[in-house]
Amino acid sequence: MQGLEKSFKQLRVLRGVDFDVARGSIFALLGSNGAGKTTLVKILSTLLKADAGSAVVHGFDVAAQAADVRESISLTGQFAAVDEILSGRENLTLVARLRHLKDAGTIADDLLRRFSLTEAGGRRVATYSGGMRRRLDIAMSLVGNPPVIFLDEPTTGLDPEGRLEVWRAVKELASGGTTVLLTTQYLDEAEQLADRIAILHEGRILVNGTLDELRKLLPPAKVEYVEKQPTLEDVFLSLVGAAANGEPR
Amino acid sequence: MNRHFVGDTAVLLGRSLRHIARSPDTIITTVITPIAMLLLFVYVLGGAIQAGTGSYVNYLLPGILIITIASGISYTAYRLFLDLQGGIFERFQSMPIARSAVLWAHVLTSMVANLISLVVVVLVALAMGFRSGTGVLGWLAVLGILVLFTLALTWLAVIPGLTASSVDGASAFAYPLIFLPFVSSAFVPTASMPGPVRAFAENQPVTSIVNSLRALFAGQPVGSGIWTALAWCVGILVLAVVFAGAAYRRRVN
Ligand SMILES: Nc1ncnc2c1ncn2[C@@H]1O[C@H](COP(=O)(O)OP(=O)(O)O)[C@@H](O)[C@H]1O
Ligand SMILES: [Mg+2]
Repeated sequence: MQGLEKSFKQLRVLRGVDFDVARGSIFALLGSNGAGKTTLVKILSTLLKADAGSAVVHGFDVAAQAADVRESISLTGQFAAVDEILSGRENLTLVARLRHLKDAGTIADDLLRRFSLTEAGGRRVATYSGGMRRRLDIAMSLVGNPPVIFLDEPTTGLDPEGRLEVWRAVKELASGGTTVLLTTQYLDEAEQLADRIAILHEGRILVNGTLDELRKLLPPAKVEYVEKQPTLEDVFLSLVGAAANGEPR
Repeated sequence: MNRHFVGDTAVLLGRSLRHIARSPDTIITTVITPIAMLLLFVYVLGGAIQAGTGSYVNYLLPGILIITIASGISYTAYRLFLDLQGGIFERFQSMPIARSAVLWAHVLTSMVANLISLVVVVLVALAMGFRSGTGVLGWLAVLGILVLFTLALTWLAVIPGLTASSVDGASAFAYPLIFLPFVSSAFVPTASMPGPVRAFAENQPVTSIVNSLRALFAGQPVGSGIWTALAWCVGILVLAVVFAGAAYRRRVN
Protein backbone atom coordinates (compact mmCIF):
# COMPACT_ATOMS: atom_id res chain seq x y z
CA MET A 1 0.00 0.00 0.00
CA GLN A 2 1.13 3.49 -0.69
CA GLY A 3 0.52 6.81 0.97
CA LEU A 4 -2.65 5.70 2.71
CA GLU A 5 -4.42 8.51 4.56
CA LYS A 6 -7.58 8.59 6.60
CA SER A 7 -9.12 11.22 8.86
CA PHE A 8 -12.22 11.19 11.01
CA LYS A 9 -13.36 14.81 10.99
CA GLN A 10 -10.36 16.74 12.43
CA LEU A 11 -8.53 13.67 13.60
CA ARG A 12 -5.79 12.61 11.17
CA VAL A 13 -5.47 8.95 12.01
CA LEU A 14 -3.37 7.74 9.06
CA ARG A 15 -1.00 10.26 7.50
CA GLY A 16 0.62 8.37 4.67
CA VAL A 17 1.16 4.70 5.43
CA ASP A 18 3.34 2.60 3.11
CA PHE A 19 4.36 -1.01 3.42
CA ASP A 20 4.37 -4.31 1.57
CA VAL A 21 3.61 -7.77 2.88
CA ALA A 22 5.28 -10.72 1.21
CA ARG A 23 3.02 -13.53 0.10
CA GLY A 24 2.82 -16.37 2.61
CA SER A 25 4.44 -14.41 5.44
CA ILE A 26 3.21 -13.14 8.79
CA PHE A 27 3.41 -9.38 9.07
CA ALA A 28 2.82 -7.76 12.44
CA LEU A 29 1.63 -4.20 12.72
CA LEU A 30 2.57 -2.99 16.13
CA GLY A 31 0.98 0.08 17.65
CA SER A 32 -0.44 1.37 20.88
CA ASN A 33 -4.12 1.85 21.51
CA GLY A 34 -5.59 4.40 19.10
CA ALA A 35 -2.63 4.27 16.71
CA GLY A 36 -4.94 3.48 13.79
CA LYS A 37 -4.41 -0.25 13.40
CA THR A 38 -8.10 -1.06 13.17
CA THR A 39 -8.67 1.81 10.76
CA LEU A 40 -5.96 0.45 8.49
CA VAL A 41 -7.33 -3.09 8.63
CA LYS A 42 -10.80 -1.80 7.82
CA ILE A 43 -9.51 0.02 4.76
CA LEU A 44 -7.71 -3.11 3.58
CA SER A 45 -10.82 -5.23 4.09
CA THR A 46 -13.01 -2.74 2.16
CA LEU A 47 -15.06 -1.66 5.19
CA LEU A 48 -13.73 1.91 5.07
CA LYS A 49 -12.60 4.09 2.20
CA ALA A 50 -9.23 5.81 2.41
CA ASP A 51 -9.11 9.58 1.85
CA ALA A 52 -5.92 9.32 -0.17
CA GLY A 53 -3.39 6.77 -1.30
CA SER A 54 -3.92 3.31 -2.67
CA ALA A 55 -3.75 -0.24 -1.46
CA VAL A 56 -3.60 -3.50 -3.36
CA VAL A 57 -4.56 -6.79 -1.76
CA HIS A 58 -3.81 -10.05 -3.57
CA GLY A 59 -3.40 -8.05 -6.77
CA PHE A 60 -6.70 -6.17 -6.43
CA ASP A 61 -7.18 -2.49 -5.69
CA VAL A 62 -9.26 -2.05 -2.51
CA ALA A 63 -11.18 0.90 -3.90
CA ALA A 64 -11.73 -0.13 -7.52
CA GLN A 65 -11.98 -3.92 -7.16
CA ALA A 66 -13.57 -4.26 -3.73
CA ALA A 67 -15.56 -7.36 -4.67
CA ASP A 68 -12.39 -9.19 -5.82
CA VAL A 69 -10.63 -8.16 -2.64
CA ARG A 70 -13.47 -9.61 -0.59
CA GLU A 71 -13.12 -12.89 -2.48
CA SER A 72 -9.46 -13.06 -1.45
CA ILE A 73 -9.55 -12.07 2.21
CA SER A 74 -10.93 -12.87 5.56
CA LEU A 75 -11.23 -10.47 8.44
CA THR A 76 -11.05 -11.38 12.08
CA GLY A 77 -11.98 -8.13 13.74
CA GLN A 78 -10.84 -6.79 17.06
CA PHE A 79 -13.88 -8.21 18.84
CA ALA A 80 -14.96 -11.79 18.14
CA ALA A 81 -17.67 -11.55 15.50
CA VAL A 82 -19.56 -14.73 16.20
CA ASP A 83 -23.26 -15.42 16.41
CA GLU A 84 -23.99 -16.10 20.07
CA ILE A 85 -27.33 -17.76 19.50
CA LEU A 86 -26.07 -20.27 16.95
CA SER A 87 -23.81 -23.19 17.80
CA GLY A 88 -20.14 -23.18 16.84
CA ARG A 89 -20.86 -25.58 14.01
CA GLU A 90 -23.74 -23.46 12.73
CA ASN A 91 -21.50 -20.39 12.72
CA LEU A 92 -19.02 -22.21 10.52
CA THR A 93 -21.62 -23.60 8.11
CA LEU A 94 -23.17 -20.12 7.89
CA VAL A 95 -19.87 -18.66 6.73
CA ALA A 96 -19.27 -21.58 4.35
CA ARG A 97 -22.68 -21.05 2.74
CA LEU A 98 -22.07 -17.32 2.42
CA ARG A 99 -18.81 -18.11 0.69
CA HIS A 100 -20.87 -20.28 -1.67
CA LEU A 101 -18.94 -23.45 -0.87
CA LYS A 102 -20.18 -26.98 -1.27
CA ASP A 103 -20.10 -29.38 1.67
CA ALA A 104 -20.49 -26.69 4.32
CA GLY A 105 -20.99 -29.40 6.94
CA THR A 106 -17.73 -31.18 6.13
CA ILE A 107 -15.79 -27.91 6.16
CA ALA A 108 -17.31 -27.03 9.53
CA ASP A 109 -16.48 -30.39 11.11
CA ASP A 110 -12.96 -30.21 9.79
CA LEU A 111 -12.34 -26.76 11.27
CA LEU A 112 -13.95 -27.71 14.58
CA ARG A 113 -11.43 -30.54 14.79
CA ARG A 114 -8.47 -28.33 13.88
CA PHE A 115 -9.39 -25.83 16.58
CA SER A 116 -10.23 -28.42 19.25
CA LEU A 117 -13.88 -27.37 19.27
CA THR A 118 -15.47 -30.64 18.15
CA GLU A 119 -16.94 -31.33 21.56
CA ALA A 120 -18.33 -27.82 21.93
CA GLY A 121 -19.43 -27.60 18.30
CA GLY A 122 -23.07 -28.38 19.01
CA ARG A 123 -23.37 -25.91 21.90
CA ARG A 124 -24.51 -22.32 21.59
CA VAL A 125 -21.60 -19.92 21.38
CA ALA A 126 -23.07 -17.95 24.30
CA THR A 127 -21.74 -20.75 26.55
CA TYR A 128 -18.15 -20.52 25.21
CA SER A 129 -15.14 -19.07 27.04
CA GLY A 130 -13.27 -16.09 25.59
CA GLY A 131 -10.53 -18.31 24.18
CA MET A 132 -13.02 -20.68 22.55
CA ARG A 133 -14.87 -17.76 20.97
CA ARG A 134 -11.68 -16.36 19.58
CA ARG A 135 -10.68 -19.74 18.16
CA LEU A 136 -14.09 -20.10 16.57
CA ASP A 137 -13.76 -16.57 15.23
CA ILE A 138 -10.42 -17.42 13.60
CA ALA A 139 -11.79 -20.75 12.35
CA MET A 140 -14.61 -18.81 10.67
CA SER A 141 -11.98 -16.75 8.88
CA LEU A 142 -10.34 -19.87 7.50
CA VAL A 143 -13.47 -21.20 5.82
CA GLY A 144 -12.73 -21.44 2.11
CA ASN A 145 -8.97 -20.94 2.64
CA PRO A 146 -8.72 -17.30 1.58
CA PRO A 147 -5.13 -16.44 0.59
CA VAL A 148 -4.97 -13.32 2.79
CA ILE A 149 -6.11 -13.05 6.40
CA PHE A 150 -6.34 -9.95 8.60
CA LEU A 151 -6.22 -10.51 12.32
CA ASP A 152 -6.95 -7.38 14.33
CA GLU A 153 -5.59 -7.78 17.86
CA PRO A 154 -6.43 -11.46 17.99
CA THR A 155 -5.23 -12.00 21.56
CA THR A 156 -6.32 -8.83 23.32
CA GLY A 157 -8.42 -9.79 26.33
CA LEU A 158 -7.43 -13.45 26.30
CA ASP A 159 -5.87 -15.32 29.20
CA PRO A 160 -2.34 -16.76 28.65
CA GLU A 161 -3.72 -20.14 27.64
CA GLY A 162 -6.04 -18.58 25.10
CA ARG A 163 -3.15 -16.55 23.74
CA LEU A 164 -1.01 -19.60 23.17
CA GLU A 165 -3.89 -21.34 21.42
CA VAL A 166 -4.31 -18.41 19.06
CA TRP A 167 -0.58 -18.19 18.42
CA ARG A 168 -0.51 -21.85 17.47
CA ALA A 169 -3.39 -21.29 15.06
CA VAL A 170 -1.66 -18.32 13.43
CA LYS A 171 1.62 -20.22 12.98
CA GLU A 172 -0.27 -23.09 11.43
CA LEU A 173 -1.91 -20.68 9.00
CA ALA A 174 1.32 -19.27 7.71
CA SER A 175 2.85 -22.71 7.35
CA GLY A 176 -0.09 -23.48 5.05
CA GLY A 177 0.93 -20.59 2.77
CA THR A 178 -1.62 -18.00 3.89
CA THR A 179 -0.52 -14.38 4.07
CA VAL A 180 -1.31 -13.00 7.52
CA LEU A 181 -1.46 -9.35 8.52
CA LEU A 182 -1.73 -9.18 12.25
CA THR A 183 -2.10 -6.15 14.46
CA THR A 184 -1.10 -6.16 18.08
CA GLN A 185 -0.20 -3.99 21.03
CA TYR A 186 2.04 -6.70 22.47
CA LEU A 187 5.71 -6.70 21.64
CA ASP A 188 6.19 -10.35 22.55
CA GLU A 189 3.38 -11.34 20.23
CA ALA A 190 5.02 -9.65 17.27
CA GLU A 191 8.31 -11.20 18.30
CA GLN A 192 6.81 -14.69 18.53
CA LEU A 193 4.83 -14.72 15.34
CA ALA A 194 5.99 -12.28 12.74
CA ASP A 195 8.42 -12.58 9.85
CA ARG A 196 8.37 -8.80 9.60
CA ILE A 197 7.28 -6.15 12.03
CA ALA A 198 6.20 -2.58 11.39
CA ILE A 199 5.50 0.00 14.05
CA LEU A 200 2.61 2.36 13.40
CA HIS A 201 2.90 5.59 15.33
CA GLU A 202 1.20 8.96 14.87
CA GLY A 203 -0.23 7.96 11.54
CA ARG A 204 2.99 6.75 9.94
CA ILE A 205 5.12 3.63 9.81
CA LEU A 206 8.09 4.40 12.06
CA VAL A 207 10.13 1.32 11.27
CA ASN A 208 9.61 -1.80 9.23
CA GLY A 209 11.86 -4.85 9.22
CA THR A 210 12.61 -8.29 10.57
CA LEU A 211 13.11 -8.75 14.29
CA ASP A 212 16.86 -8.89 13.78
CA GLU A 213 16.86 -5.71 11.73
CA LEU A 214 14.85 -3.94 14.41
CA ARG A 215 17.26 -5.18 17.09
CA LYS A 216 20.17 -3.69 15.16
CA LEU A 217 18.54 -0.28 15.41
CA LEU A 218 19.53 -0.27 19.06
CA PRO A 219 23.08 -0.21 20.40
CA PRO A 220 24.53 -3.73 20.69
CA ALA A 221 23.42 -5.55 23.80
CA LYS A 222 25.80 -5.78 26.69
CA VAL A 223 26.59 -9.33 27.69
CA GLU A 224 25.60 -9.88 31.30
CA TYR A 225 25.30 -13.02 33.34
CA VAL A 226 21.97 -13.32 35.08
CA GLU A 227 20.43 -16.20 36.94
CA LYS A 228 17.46 -17.25 34.77
CA GLN A 229 14.28 -17.07 36.80
CA PRO A 230 11.11 -18.60 35.47
CA THR A 231 8.81 -15.88 34.26
CA LEU A 232 5.42 -15.46 35.84
CA GLU A 233 3.95 -16.81 32.64
CA ASP A 234 6.01 -20.02 32.98
CA VAL A 235 4.77 -20.43 36.54
CA PHE A 236 1.16 -19.74 35.66
CA LEU A 237 1.16 -22.10 32.73
CA SER A 238 2.85 -24.94 34.54
CA LEU A 239 0.43 -24.63 37.48
CA VAL A 240 -2.75 -24.53 35.38
CA GLY A 241 -1.33 -27.22 33.13
CA ALA A 242 -1.45 -25.58 29.74
CA ALA A 243 0.18 -28.46 27.96
CA ALA A 244 1.59 -27.79 24.55
CA ASN A 245 -0.75 -30.32 22.99
CA GLY A 246 -3.56 -27.85 22.53
CA GLU A 247 -6.42 -29.51 24.37
CA PRO A 248 -7.59 -27.05 27.03
CA ARG A 249 -8.72 -28.52 30.35
CA MET B 1 -27.99 -6.99 -8.95
CA ASN B 2 -25.39 -9.33 -7.52
CA ARG B 3 -25.93 -12.90 -8.73
CA HIS B 4 -25.73 -14.21 -5.17
CA PHE B 5 -28.40 -11.86 -3.81
CA VAL B 6 -31.19 -14.43 -3.53
CA GLY B 7 -29.01 -17.23 -2.17
CA ASP B 8 -27.24 -14.99 0.36
CA THR B 9 -30.51 -13.48 1.53
CA ALA B 10 -31.95 -16.98 2.01
CA VAL B 11 -28.94 -18.10 4.06
CA LEU B 12 -29.07 -15.01 6.28
CA LEU B 13 -32.85 -15.26 6.61
CA GLY B 14 -32.37 -18.83 7.84
CA ARG B 15 -29.96 -17.52 10.45
CA SER B 16 -32.36 -14.87 11.78
CA LEU B 17 -35.31 -17.24 11.78
CA ARG B 18 -33.24 -19.59 13.90
CA HIS B 19 -32.75 -16.73 16.35
CA ILE B 20 -36.51 -16.35 16.59
CA ALA B 21 -37.11 -20.07 16.91
CA ARG B 22 -34.57 -20.17 19.76
CA SER B 23 -35.96 -17.17 21.60
CA PRO B 24 -39.73 -17.45 21.07
CA ASP B 25 -40.05 -14.91 23.88
CA THR B 26 -39.68 -12.24 21.19
CA ILE B 27 -42.98 -13.43 19.74
CA ILE B 28 -44.56 -13.77 23.18
CA THR B 29 -43.59 -10.26 24.29
CA THR B 30 -44.83 -8.92 20.97
CA VAL B 31 -48.31 -10.43 21.33
CA ILE B 32 -48.77 -10.08 25.07
CA THR B 33 -49.58 -6.35 25.05
CA PRO B 34 -52.08 -6.54 22.17
CA ILE B 35 -53.78 -9.55 23.76
CA ALA B 36 -53.93 -7.82 27.16
CA MET B 37 -55.52 -4.79 25.46
CA LEU B 38 -57.98 -7.00 23.67
CA LEU B 39 -59.03 -8.57 26.99
CA LEU B 40 -59.10 -5.25 28.82
CA PHE B 41 -61.13 -3.40 26.23
CA VAL B 42 -63.55 -6.19 25.43
CA TYR B 43 -64.26 -7.49 28.94
CA VAL B 44 -63.64 -4.42 31.14
CA LEU B 45 -64.16 -1.22 29.17
CA GLY B 46 -66.06 -2.49 26.15
CA GLY B 47 -69.45 -2.42 27.87
CA ALA B 48 -69.18 1.35 28.28
CA ILE B 49 -67.95 2.09 24.75
CA GLN B 50 -70.46 2.99 22.08
CA ALA B 51 -69.01 1.69 18.84
CA GLY B 52 -71.78 0.78 16.48
CA THR B 53 -74.13 -2.14 16.68
CA GLY B 54 -71.89 -5.20 16.20
CA SER B 55 -69.81 -6.93 18.85
CA TYR B 56 -67.02 -4.77 20.25
CA VAL B 57 -64.31 -7.38 19.59
CA ASN B 58 -65.16 -7.12 15.88
CA TYR B 59 -64.78 -3.35 16.11
CA LEU B 60 -61.53 -3.58 18.07
CA LEU B 61 -59.48 -6.22 16.26
CA PRO B 62 -58.15 -4.10 13.35
CA GLY B 63 -56.60 -1.56 15.74
CA ILE B 64 -55.14 -4.34 17.86
CA LEU B 65 -53.50 -5.82 14.76
CA ILE B 66 -51.89 -2.44 14.05
CA ILE B 67 -50.57 -2.32 17.62
CA THR B 68 -49.19 -5.85 17.21
CA ILE B 69 -47.19 -4.79 14.16
CA ALA B 70 -45.99 -1.58 15.82
CA SER B 71 -44.62 -3.50 18.79
CA GLY B 72 -43.23 -6.34 16.66
CA ILE B 73 -41.01 -4.19 14.49
CA SER B 74 -39.03 -2.87 17.44
CA TYR B 75 -37.35 -6.29 17.49
CA THR B 76 -36.18 -5.67 13.94
CA ALA B 77 -34.34 -2.58 15.07
CA TYR B 78 -33.06 -4.52 18.07
CA ARG B 79 -31.69 -7.46 16.06
CA LEU B 80 -30.09 -5.21 13.46
CA PHE B 81 -28.47 -3.11 16.18
CA LEU B 82 -27.01 -6.19 17.88
CA ASP B 83 -25.51 -7.39 14.58
CA LEU B 84 -23.83 -4.04 14.10
CA GLN B 85 -22.59 -3.84 17.65
CA GLY B 86 -21.33 -7.43 17.77
CA GLY B 87 -19.18 -7.02 14.67
CA ILE B 88 -20.89 -9.80 12.73
CA PHE B 89 -22.30 -7.15 10.38
CA GLU B 90 -18.73 -6.13 9.50
CA ARG B 91 -17.73 -9.74 9.08
CA PHE B 92 -20.54 -10.20 6.55
CA GLN B 93 -19.65 -6.96 4.79
CA SER B 94 -16.04 -8.09 4.37
CA MET B 95 -17.17 -11.34 2.75
CA PRO B 96 -17.86 -12.00 -0.93
CA ILE B 97 -21.63 -11.72 -0.55
CA ALA B 98 -24.30 -9.46 -1.97
CA ARG B 99 -23.96 -6.80 0.73
CA SER B 100 -27.58 -5.69 0.71
CA ALA B 101 -28.62 -9.27 1.55
CA VAL B 102 -27.70 -8.51 5.17
CA LEU B 103 -30.41 -5.83 5.35
CA TRP B 104 -32.99 -7.74 3.33
CA ALA B 105 -32.64 -10.79 5.55
CA HIS B 106 -33.59 -8.65 8.55
CA VAL B 107 -36.54 -7.18 6.68
CA LEU B 108 -37.87 -10.59 5.65
CA THR B 109 -37.34 -11.93 9.16
CA SER B 110 -39.47 -9.08 10.44
CA MET B 111 -42.21 -9.98 7.97
CA VAL B 112 -42.23 -13.62 9.11
CA ALA B 113 -42.12 -12.80 12.83
CA ASN B 114 -44.92 -10.24 12.52
CA LEU B 115 -47.12 -12.58 10.53
CA ILE B 116 -46.73 -15.23 13.23
CA SER B 117 -47.68 -12.64 15.87
CA LEU B 118 -50.69 -11.51 13.83
CA VAL B 119 -51.93 -15.08 13.47
CA VAL B 120 -51.63 -15.60 17.23
CA VAL B 121 -53.61 -12.43 17.97
CA VAL B 122 -56.33 -13.30 15.44
CA LEU B 123 -56.67 -16.78 16.98
CA VAL B 124 -57.13 -15.24 20.44
CA ALA B 125 -59.72 -12.84 19.02
CA LEU B 126 -61.57 -15.76 17.42
CA ALA B 127 -61.63 -17.48 20.79
CA MET B 128 -63.09 -14.28 22.27
CA GLY B 129 -65.94 -14.28 19.79
CA PHE B 130 -64.49 -12.36 16.84
CA ARG B 131 -66.35 -13.31 13.68
CA SER B 132 -65.88 -12.15 10.11
CA GLY B 133 -68.39 -12.66 7.37
CA THR B 134 -65.84 -12.01 4.67
CA GLY B 135 -64.70 -14.57 2.12
CA VAL B 136 -61.30 -15.64 0.87
CA LEU B 137 -60.85 -12.46 -1.17
CA GLY B 138 -61.64 -10.30 1.83
CA TRP B 139 -59.09 -12.14 3.95
CA LEU B 140 -56.51 -11.82 1.17
CA ALA B 141 -57.14 -8.08 1.02
CA VAL B 142 -56.72 -7.85 4.80
CA LEU B 143 -53.49 -9.84 4.53
CA GLY B 144 -52.28 -7.56 1.72
CA ILE B 145 -52.82 -4.39 3.76
CA LEU B 146 -51.20 -5.88 6.86
CA VAL B 147 -48.18 -7.08 4.86
CA LEU B 148 -47.76 -3.68 3.23
CA PHE B 149 -48.07 -1.90 6.57
CA THR B 150 -45.58 -4.31 8.19
CA LEU B 151 -43.13 -3.77 5.33
CA ALA B 152 -43.41 0.02 5.68
CA LEU B 153 -42.91 -0.03 9.46
CA THR B 154 -40.08 -2.57 9.14
CA TRP B 155 -38.11 -0.24 6.91
CA LEU B 156 -38.88 2.52 9.39
CA ALA B 157 -37.38 0.29 12.09
CA VAL B 158 -34.24 -0.25 10.00
CA ILE B 159 -33.35 3.44 10.47
CA PRO B 160 -32.93 3.35 14.28
CA GLY B 161 -31.42 -0.14 13.94
CA LEU B 162 -28.62 1.35 11.84
CA THR B 163 -28.19 4.65 13.65
CA ALA B 164 -28.94 4.09 17.35
CA SER B 165 -26.10 4.28 19.83
CA SER B 166 -27.67 1.98 22.42
CA VAL B 167 -29.97 -1.03 22.52
CA ASP B 168 -32.64 1.00 24.31
CA GLY B 169 -32.46 3.72 21.70
CA ALA B 170 -32.84 1.15 18.95
CA SER B 171 -36.09 -0.25 20.32
CA ALA B 172 -37.62 2.81 22.04
CA PHE B 173 -38.64 4.45 18.77
CA ALA B 174 -41.61 2.07 18.53
CA TYR B 175 -43.42 3.49 21.58
CA PRO B 176 -45.01 6.47 19.82
CA LEU B 177 -46.13 4.12 17.05
CA ILE B 178 -47.87 1.91 19.59
CA PHE B 179 -49.81 4.90 20.94
CA LEU B 180 -50.89 6.25 17.57
CA PRO B 181 -53.88 3.86 17.40
CA PHE B 182 -55.28 5.36 20.65
CA VAL B 183 -55.85 8.66 18.88
CA SER B 184 -57.63 7.07 15.94
CA SER B 185 -60.80 5.19 15.19
CA ALA B 186 -59.19 2.01 16.55
CA PHE B 187 -60.89 2.02 19.98
CA VAL B 188 -63.75 4.49 19.69
CA PRO B 189 -65.36 6.23 16.71
CA THR B 190 -63.68 9.56 15.99
CA ALA B 191 -67.04 11.35 16.07
CA SER B 192 -66.95 11.21 19.88
CA MET B 193 -63.67 13.19 20.07
CA PRO B 194 -63.32 16.96 20.62
CA GLY B 195 -62.50 19.11 17.54
CA PRO B 196 -58.69 19.31 17.22
CA VAL B 197 -58.19 15.73 18.47
CA ARG B 198 -60.79 14.55 16.04
CA ALA B 199 -59.11 16.40 13.18
CA PHE B 200 -55.80 14.74 14.03
CA ALA B 201 -57.40 11.31 14.44
CA GLU B 202 -59.21 11.45 11.14
CA ASN B 203 -56.14 12.50 9.20
CA GLN B 204 -53.49 10.17 10.57
CA PRO B 205 -52.64 6.87 8.87
CA VAL B 206 -54.03 4.50 11.49
CA THR B 207 -57.65 5.61 11.07
CA SER B 208 -57.84 4.99 7.33
CA ILE B 209 -56.06 1.65 7.67
CA VAL B 210 -58.23 0.52 10.59
CA ASN B 211 -61.44 1.61 8.84
CA SER B 212 -60.47 -0.30 5.69
CA LEU B 213 -59.64 -3.45 7.65
CA ARG B 214 -62.92 -3.17 9.57
CA ALA B 215 -64.94 -2.80 6.35
CA LEU B 216 -63.14 -5.78 4.80
CA PHE B 217 -63.74 -7.97 7.86
CA ALA B 218 -67.43 -7.00 7.83
CA GLY B 219 -67.72 -7.71 4.12
CA GLN B 220 -68.78 -4.10 3.48
CA PRO B 221 -67.57 -1.87 0.64
CA VAL B 222 -64.29 -0.19 1.59
CA GLY B 223 -65.01 3.03 -0.31
CA SER B 224 -62.32 5.56 -1.16
CA GLY B 225 -60.80 5.18 2.32
CA ILE B 226 -58.77 2.21 1.10
CA TRP B 227 -56.85 4.47 -1.28
CA THR B 228 -56.00 6.79 1.58
CA ALA B 229 -54.82 3.76 3.57
CA LEU B 230 -52.71 2.41 0.72
CA ALA B 231 -51.27 5.85 0.01
CA TRP B 232 -50.18 6.17 3.63
CA CYS B 233 -48.54 2.71 3.58
CA VAL B 234 -46.72 3.32 0.30
CA GLY B 235 -45.73 6.86 1.35
CA ILE B 236 -44.25 5.66 4.65
CA LEU B 237 -42.54 2.79 2.85
CA VAL B 238 -40.89 4.98 0.23
CA LEU B 239 -39.70 7.56 2.75
CA ALA B 240 -38.42 4.88 5.13
CA VAL B 241 -36.52 3.07 2.36
CA VAL B 242 -34.89 6.33 1.25
CA PHE B 243 -33.76 7.25 4.77
CA ALA B 244 -32.76 3.68 5.65
CA GLY B 245 -30.72 3.54 2.42
CA ALA B 246 -28.94 6.76 3.35
CA ALA B 247 -28.21 5.49 6.87
CA TYR B 248 -26.95 2.23 5.41
CA ARG B 249 -24.60 3.91 2.96
CA ARG B 250 -23.18 6.05 5.72
CA ARG B 251 -22.62 2.92 7.76
CA VAL B 252 -20.80 0.84 5.14
CA ASN B 253 -18.43 3.55 3.90
N1 LIG C 1 -15.58 5.86 13.09
C1 LIG C 1 -14.76 6.69 13.75
N2 LIG C 1 -15.11 7.97 13.94
C2 LIG C 1 -14.28 8.83 14.58
N3 LIG C 1 -13.10 8.49 15.08
C3 LIG C 1 -12.68 7.22 14.95
C4 LIG C 1 -13.50 6.25 14.27
N4 LIG C 1 -12.83 5.07 14.28
C5 LIG C 1 -11.67 5.29 14.93
N5 LIG C 1 -11.56 6.58 15.33
C6 LIG C 1 -10.41 7.16 16.01
O1 LIG C 1 -9.27 6.90 15.25
C7 LIG C 1 -8.16 6.60 16.08
C8 LIG C 1 -7.56 5.28 15.67
O2 LIG C 1 -8.48 4.25 16.01
P1 LIG C 1 -8.19 2.72 15.71
O3 LIG C 1 -7.90 2.54 14.28
O4 LIG C 1 -9.34 1.96 16.26
O5 LIG C 1 -6.89 2.46 16.57
P2 LIG C 1 -6.27 1.09 17.09
O6 LIG C 1 -6.99 -0.04 16.43
O7 LIG C 1 -4.83 1.16 16.71
O8 LIG C 1 -6.44 1.06 18.58
C9 LIG C 1 -8.67 6.64 17.50
O9 LIG C 1 -8.32 7.89 18.06
C10 LIG C 1 -10.14 6.51 17.35
O10 LIG C 1 -10.79 7.20 18.39
MG1 LIG D 1 -8.05 -1.52 17.14
